[in-house]
Amino acid sequence: MLVTTIINGLVLGGTYALLAMGLTIQYGIARIMNLAYGETIIAAAFLAFVLNSTLGVAPLVSLLVAAPAGFALSYLIYGLMLHPLVKRSKGRASLEVDSILATFGLLFVIQGVMLVFFGGNYISYTYMNFGIDILGSSVAANRLTALILALVLGGGLYLLLTRTLWGTALRAVSVAPQSAPLVGIDADRAARFAFALGGALATCGGVVISMYQTFTASSGVIFTMKALIVVILGGVGNLAGALSAGLLLGLVETLVATYVSPGLTLAAVYFIFLGVLLWRPSGLFGRAR
Amino acid sequence: MMKGAFVWAIFALTLAVLAAAPFFLEAYGLGLLIGLLGYVTLASAWGLFSGRTGYVSLATVAFFGVGAYAVAALNEVLPYPLVLLVAALAGLGLALAVGLSTLRLAGVYFVIFTFGLAELVRQLVTWYEINVTGTLGRYIFMDLGPEHIYWQLLALAAATLFITWRIDRSRLGLALRVIADDEVVAAHLGIDLARTKLALFALSSVIVTLVGAIQAPRWTYIEPAIVFNPTVSFLTLVMALLGGASRLWGPALGAVPLFLLFEWLSANFPNHYSILLGLLFIAIVFALPKGVFAFAEMHLKTRGGEKRIVPVEAESKP
Amino acid sequence: MINLPRRAILRTLGISACMFAIAAAMPAGAQDRASVKIGYAISKTGGNAGGAGITTIPNYQLWVKEVNDAGGLELPDGTRLPIEVIEYDDRSSAEEVVRATERLATQDQVDFILPPWGTGFNLAVAPMFDRFGYPQLAVSSVTDKAPDFVKRWKRSFWMLGGGSDYTDALAGLLKKAIGEGKINNKIAMISVADGFGVDLVTAARPSFNEAELEVVYDVTYPVGTTDFTSMINEAAASGADTFVAFSYPPETFAITQQAQVAKFNPKVLYLGVGAAFPNFGPDLGANAEGIMSLGGIDPKNEANVAYRKRHEEVIGRAPDLWGSVVTYASLQMLQEAIKRRGLDREAVSDELSNGAFQTVLGEVKLEDNQLRTLWFGGQWQNGNFVAVAPVDREGVSEAILPKASWK
Repeated sequence: MLVTTIINGLVLGGTYALLAMGLTIQYGIARIMNLAYGETIIAAAFLAFVLNSTLGVAPLVSLLVAAPAGFALSYLIYGLMLHPLVKRSKGRASLEVDSILATFGLLFVIQGVMLVFFGGNYISYTYMNFGIDILGSSVAANRLTALILALVLGGGLYLLLTRTLWGTALRAVSVAPQSAPLVGIDADRAARFAFALGGALATCGGVVISMYQTFTASSGVIFTMKALIVVILGGVGNLAGALSAGLLLGLVETLVATYVSPGLTLAAVYFIFLGVLLWRPSGLFGRAR
Repeated sequence: MMKGAFVWAIFALTLAVLAAAPFFLEAYGLGLLIGLLGYVTLASAWGLFSGRTGYVSLATVAFFGVGAYAVAALNEVLPYPLVLLVAALAGLGLALAVGLSTLRLAGVYFVIFTFGLAELVRQLVTWYEINVTGTLGRYIFMDLGPEHIYWQLLALAAATLFITWRIDRSRLGLALRVIADDEVVAAHLGIDLARTKLALFALSSVIVTLVGAIQAPRWTYIEPAIVFNPTVSFLTLVMALLGGASRLWGPALGAVPLFLLFEWLSANFPNHYSILLGLLFIAIVFALPKGVFAFAEMHLKTRGGEKRIVPVEAESKP
Repeated sequence: MINLPRRAILRTLGISACMFAIAAAMPAGAQDRASVKIGYAISKTGGNAGGAGITTIPNYQLWVKEVNDAGGLELPDGTRLPIEVIEYDDRSSAEEVVRATERLATQDQVDFILPPWGTGFNLAVAPMFDRFGYPQLAVSSVTDKAPDFVKRWKRSFWMLGGGSDYTDALAGLLKKAIGEGKINNKIAMISVADGFGVDLVTAARPSFNEAELEVVYDVTYPVGTTDFTSMINEAAASGADTFVAFSYPPETFAITQQAQVAKFNPKVLYLGVGAAFPNFGPDLGANAEGIMSLGGIDPKNEANVAYRKRHEEVIGRAPDLWGSVVTYASLQMLQEAIKRRGLDREAVSDELSNGAFQTVLGEVKLEDNQLRTLWFGGQWQNGNFVAVAPVDREGVSEAILPKASWK
């Protein structure tokens, strides 16, 4: 029983981790609190759904379209909308207010466009919904894909960020955006790239979750909030942290559902979230500041 | 003193005119004013704390919902004024508990915490209702017409603005402006940071709780999804920020046009409402970097050459 | 020292003048009779949009189109007036739906108002409908309190039954299957912590108890839950042959998928909202066979077949097989009542209360302003979601139990 619960928790956590990685990069490195993050996820889910239902393209294949599209679109959004805000902002606080307001508007725009195209209906389709046996418990292949993708993307990007010069530059921007130019780093380009990278990760998440999760044009905000919780728990801008926090959250939910009460799963999540904020605001895995 | 009396007469007259509105308006007009006053009060209360301390709160709906739930739970047990009192106390209790534990959080962590708080309260209320009382929805059958709700909101809005005005002109107000500018300086000046912030947070939260309590009878049926709708927090924040949260009239000046705009958009473009609203938001951020209020004031100043008191924050900059 | 600057006074005056000007500038539309104005406020965006988008909005659109294509609403004197629609988006907010309804009644002065989506919102607007004298054909609200509401609001009509209607019907079916030795008397039950789930589960406990069924697992989960593996595992371990989930669409789909993955094969699988969606059966194919839920249709009812075909042609997809059918039937009733009694709302309400109507549900007559001739249980059989309860009504199909294992 316990083994099954833990496995299920990790699989669920894989989804959370996958959904959160893009936001932690956007927020941590590009310093944009992107409230329209969930809408990017939903847009990708719609893309996967449409490609699958009209052309019969397998969702994992549509990742090849979705990820570059997410990257390009986010790059464009940063350049057109967010860059002017970054340029005029005098400090982190004013940028935060501006970016929250601007991306709040963006949230409505993307949502509205999706509503016009697809209406407000529930969308779901089934793909790779078969069980894979792991240590005696049956795990859905589509959900397992999310976990694997989270580990691969998260692990790969973590290595990139920590082992390459390019990654070091990005991290430098995240730690000290003002000082980064002093050592020859183009902070603006790095931020733009990070924002676009986050967008690409969000679309990957969207494509994968569309295989097993019902969504509507209006459900983006749910994903934004879940991602935000994971990001804060893991420490803003910390990829490995987001990965671990996502898995931890999945574990907590299944453990509570099994041993306490399914009715308290979300309450437990928020409880831990608030506790961590109070006790270690830099996140469970963040460096103390 | 003569001038003071004159000012008060104007204020009272304005209030009286607004208070007489239900006698001239039909239901929709009154409904519009109720919604408008609700957001004017919410945004002003939000500005009272967040605009003056720099702590951006997304917990508005947590208190709003607590107020509504207090009315739903008690409206058949207690007389109405007592219900409002209990609602206010519940809001005060929650605000003190939250304030004591969180006001040391800085910047965006506070924003996120308050959002999480609203969701936690919603989850706990849901769980309690289902497992303890065995139902989810609660009914509010009260003989309160829309005009009664309107008058109560009007009184609350006036009280909020009055309190804000008094605070801005008191020692507390001075302390607040120093805190908003630089907490270290404030501490050196011997200002009791924690107590000042806590008092303001509690006051602002109680007002928000009362808005929820007063509006609740209008919906007949209360459930967590209805009263803990996070949109309320976001709209309040956006209205206050748009108008300029640190000014007395700023939040109201943000709330009125935005609220009417939402109404107009949703009536005339029900299918493209979201897109237009979103574009508008983005446009506002770009066009008015410091908020509508600051924008208006700036223009007044340059045109009329009017003398303006130099704000405290400018002086206390190192 | 009290010293308000003059500008503050001007501001006060300015704001109040603004508020007044806007609230007062409301021309009441001239009541020419070139059309019948019908208005509604519905959740086009926000959390309720999914439900409204499947059960309510398409049927409003279909009905208006059909009526106008036929030349308009027929009046007692045989003339026809086209319908002019005024629609608002309530953004899934209770305050908005109340205000939009006030607006429809007093500013737009529409002839009839169609109800919003959801139990909570129908209750929120009920006092308005009552005060302004509009009949309220509340469809998308399952409530056991309908008799009380009818006493309170004389012109309210409750069309989708109460929770206990559905759970009594289910208990009856289960009891019969137990008697035939097909299943054991144990039930595992989960429900969503929201209006629908709570209403149904509180009705289910006494229903099951009365039918001498034993509930061995009974938990509630929050809205937005996506992972049901632990609940499914617990239910499987409980030894119950019957698994009941009073769920919303996203969870209904998730439970269906995860039950397959877990190879969880209860002999009776009863799911909540979403299992009667038109694509549910076709998407699952053979795996849908035997799954039960609320609602259902009589596949031999020709009016119903024709309705579903028109819905698919006009809207682009088939209607759901529970709420949609009732929504459309309620509109047919309104149309017929107007034809018999004209645009007088009092007379139309009276006709709705007392008249008999031919609809896609067959002939219906309200009892104490409530629609009782409903299908309270349905089951997927051969790709159709057929009605299996109440068992004594004409057009019912026999429930096939136990359900086959997942393929």
